[in-house]
Amino acid sequence: MASKLWASRAASYLRISLFHRGFATVIKDFKYADTHEWVKVDGSSATVGITDHAQDHLGDVVYVELPEVGAVVTQGGSFGAVESVKATSDINSPISGKVVEVNEELSSSPGLVNASPYENGWIIKVEIENSDEVKSLMDSDQYSKFCEEEDAKH
Amino acid sequence: MNLVRLKGVPILQQLHLEERLLRKSSDNWCIINDGTHDPTIVMGISGKPVELLEIDPVLQDELPVIQRFTGGGTVIVDQGTVFVTFICNKDAVPGLQSYPRPIMSWSSLVYQKVFQGIGDFSLRENDYVLGNHKFGGNAQSIIKNRWLHHTSFLWDYEISNMRYLKLPKRTPEYRQARGHLEFICRMKDYIPRSNFIDRTIDAVGNHFLVRSMELEAIKYPSGTKFQPSSRLLRKQELEEAEFDSRTGVFINGLLRSLDLCSLVNREYGIYNFSNFGHGWNE
Repeated sequence: MASKLWASRAASYLRISLFHRGFATVIKDFKYADTHEWVKVDGSSATVGITDHAQDHLGDVVYVELPEVGAVVTQGGSFGAVESVKATSDINSPISGKVVEVNEELSSSPGLVNASPYENGWIIKVEIENSDEVKSLMDSDQYSKFCEEEDAKH
Repeated sequence: MNLVRLKGVPILQQLHLEERLLRKSSDNWCIINDGTHDPTIVMGISGKPVELLEIDPVLQDELPVIQRFTGGGTVIVDQGTVFVTFICNKDAVPGLQSYPRPIMSWSSLVYQKVFQGIGDFSLRENDYVLGNHKFGGNAQSIIKNRWLHHTSFLWDYEISNMRYLKLPKRTPEYRQARGHLEFICRMKDYIPRSNFIDRTIDAVGNHFLVRSMELEAIKYPSGTKFQPSSRLLRKQELEEAEFDSRTGVFINGLLRSLDLCSLVNREYGIYNFSNFGHGWNE
């Protein structure tokens, strides 16, 4: 709470807005990493993107750095980046495997990450290496609680 | 926080050092580079030369163009630029979320202290301004457990260097379509150079226990090799970008004139393209 008071006083003094939504949407059947990426598993394939919580905190995405098809991703390792508000932010893979498709639409429409983080704003599709890794990820309820706790701490 | 004071280090070398410390170190760092050697253009990660630069004079004057690993816009840096960089663990500042806006807000609190009693400093739409004039360009890189925030401060600049830069497509509202020279200001009109650096170090000391470190101690890392992503663009890349741009302009112009001919032909039946076998003479 003290840090929230500090932040809002600083924001008020500097005449900037720190407002963002107090809640973030989640999709029930997806799995989530503590670095705010989601994964939708479909057999041996997975689709990956960043969550609504992440896109809300990042601001308007103006550029997405995509990996090459065929690149290997490892759980917790970075595979690309988004640019927003003068910052590049790493995107980390929730799952290990090989990239089989990237969302080319994001090259011309990076704002899809903000507008549709769980559908049209998907980032990569992966051929999963080890399906057991999914067990270490959070479900939607756990992730929602994680986001609330993280926001409350700051 | 480790403080590294540099003077005149080339900006590409500085960027490589920063990215390595961000990704490979677990310490907190403040790097201050007092000027860089030669005038250099530095674009953000997504910068496109054809959109941001007047490529002809850049090529003619052989100005180096760098694409850096952080976001943000384009700057032209030289001996009149003072660089200040913070590289921190995500829990280094209590209560700070490692997202762009909170990090930028925190950095502005540091500089608020630096300029206390000196000028009307504020963070305005992600720019550091004195009044409504920008005097520093800042950008960030955020990774899993660490973040970097760096600023190039315009202590002084050459007016003639502005001709290398186009007006960017994305501009903050407060810029209000002002040209480069009406938009920016020189820090030297407000504060002596050494005074700015000393006050910055003092302000950092309000947040961290600062210990000085020499560049030599960190210049040649041991252990795993690291490949930085900031790079110098090749002359060929700039030439190709300029060629593609001019070709695009020519083709667009040609298509527009063909559309116009087609329209006139439909209306007035003046143009007969049947000799070309296209059957445009409807």
